[in-house]
Amino acid sequence: MEWMTLSPEEWTAVRLSLRVASVATLISLPLGIGIALALARGRFWGHSLLNGLVLLPLILPPVVTGYILLILFGRQGPIGALLARHLGIVLSFRWTGAALACGLMGFPLLVRAIRLSIESVDARLEEAAGTLGANRAWVFATVTLPLIVPGILTGMILCFAKAMGEFGATITFVSNIPGETQTLPSAIYTFTQVPGGDAGALRLTLVSVAISMLALFASELMARSANRRLDIE
Amino acid sequence: MTLCIDIRHRLGSFEVEAKFATGGGLVALFGRSGSGKTSIVNIIAGLIRPDHGRVINDDVVLLDTARGIFVPRHRRRIGYVFQEGRLFPHLTVRQNLLYGRFFAPEHERREELDRVVDLLGIGKLLDRRPGRMSGGEKQRVAIGRALLAGPRLLLMDEPLASLDEALKGEILPYIERLRDQSRVPIVYVSHSLAEVARLASTVVLVAGGKVAALGSTAEVMHRLDLFPLTDRTEAGAIVDATVERHDAAFGLTELRSRAGLWRLPRLDSPIGARLRLRVRARDVMLAKSAPADLSALNIVPGVVADMAAAGGTAGPIVEIKLDCNGDVLIARLTRYSVERLGLVRGQRIHALVKSVALDRRDLSGPIPSAPGADAEANEG
Repeated sequence: MEWMTLSPEEWTAVRLSLRVASVATLISLPLGIGIALALARGRFWGHSLLNGLVLLPLILPPVVTGYILLILFGRQGPIGALLARHLGIVLSFRWTGAALACGLMGFPLLVRAIRLSIESVDARLEEAAGTLGANRAWVFATVTLPLIVPGILTGMILCFAKAMGEFGATITFVSNIPGETQTLPSAIYTFTQVPGGDAGALRLTLVSVAISMLALFASELMARSANRRLDIE
Repeated sequence: MTLCIDIRHRLGSFEVEAKFATGGGLVALFGRSGSGKTSIVNIIAGLIRPDHGRVINDDVVLLDTARGIFVPRHRRRIGYVFQEGRLFPHLTVRQNLLYGRFFAPEHERREELDRVVDLLGIGKLLDRRPGRMSGGEKQRVAIGRALLAGPRLLLMDEPLASLDEALKGEILPYIERLRDQSRVPIVYVSHSLAEVARLASTVVLVAGGKVAALGSTAEVMHRLDLFPLTDRTEAGAIVDATVERHDAAFGLTELRSRAGLWRLPRLDSPIGARLRLRVRARDVMLAKSAPADLSALNIVPGVVADMAAAGGTAGPIVEIKLDCNGDVLIARLTRYSVERLGLVRGQRIHALVKSVALDRRDLSGPIPSAPGADAEANEG
């Protein structure tokens, strides 16, 4: 079973991917909930435009998304230059840039799942909470939010899984630097490009499958326990 | 404790226009489905912002479109019991009950959890979630939740409409206790004459989005001209009576009212207890002379006070209002019978009512008339 053991470089790619996907998901979450709330309940000018922008990464070729990121967030790009000068944050060719690319690609899935679950919350319950003295923020925190927990979990799992598998946008934006931006898919791709890399590619593939399955099981378990708590008729 | 409303609001092609003031106690907003009752309470609660108008509760201006005042719903301190309960499914009954209390300012927390739980008989439910509770249980919890928020006014929108008859009978006593034991004034929306007759001290009759009549319950119920707006087949008179005697041998209870003696199937009320009896117009027969050899046990003398033909003078049905020594009775007869007996105003007559027609579900305790409604109540 010698061939099953991961090399230190492979471990690095696995750890990096987990870190990138986790950071991407967690940073996206508050913004995702806010935008899902605006899309589900808000009536404002530019509603359709916002919806389109959020869904765009799902439809664009990932390489295009990555290239747009490179233009905007590269060292010379308008946003990248600002970030570097004022906050000292550099995204291009760093793992943080990988997290940005992965988060952006997973964002539509996150928002979609949360939006659907907000839309399924009975607005009459929120009305009732209002008559009991809760202002909008309290209504959201005590009624809406607890009721959309299953949707949030689903969205997070989808976003995480997408981030784990993201390849095109990441490699375009932050390249494929071992130890810095070489995530699991990039590492697998690299293995397939060199002679005798099959074993490594296979090992990482198995790791990918295992992580995805674990994430799915976890979401299933959490959603089930959340639903049981609600005791839905 | 007064509620003043003067509002106008357009919903599509339907216009709600209501203007009335009420005192404390339980005021019924009564009318058919779709008459605009729920829109009126939604405006009071701040769920609907009307085009024009004012809502003032207990000297606090909640809405005045002319002065640009609109107090948002969460600051109105108005409890709302919805038709479908609307309990929070993710919270236990205890958490549901305490939800509004959490937001109530310290000095507004008038009701104690224990007292409300006791009043509504929901002690065994506290640790359960609403999901698998019965409709009646949910509705009692919803009432408790609204009450514990320390409201200055309690709105109840058809709280019994989604329950079957047995459950209604189970909850009505709790609403009576609430009316009699808590000092919170209640606006009770209903399309059921039976509920209104049993619970309300004052009735606001709503028809076609407008207030058609306002007065004490007996006053509104005894107006023959309003029958087309209420519920003709359920219409009837309200008689205040006192328990005089229990007849153990036959399982009967005798009540005394101004009209005379009433016998009905055994009641649990103690001797001397004051009750409100509802006598449906369709259960009353008339006879020109006191009949003998008759199964009906309740025979009271009276005078024909008023007659109105339902659906115009050519209609088959006539409603007859009787004055029975100060009590009002209403009889619903065919025009054929009326002409055969030659009934005219001022005629002496005997009203007959079968004992079994006097349903114990139609009985309730005496209803303390509201301070603001005193004048109206005394007229009738």
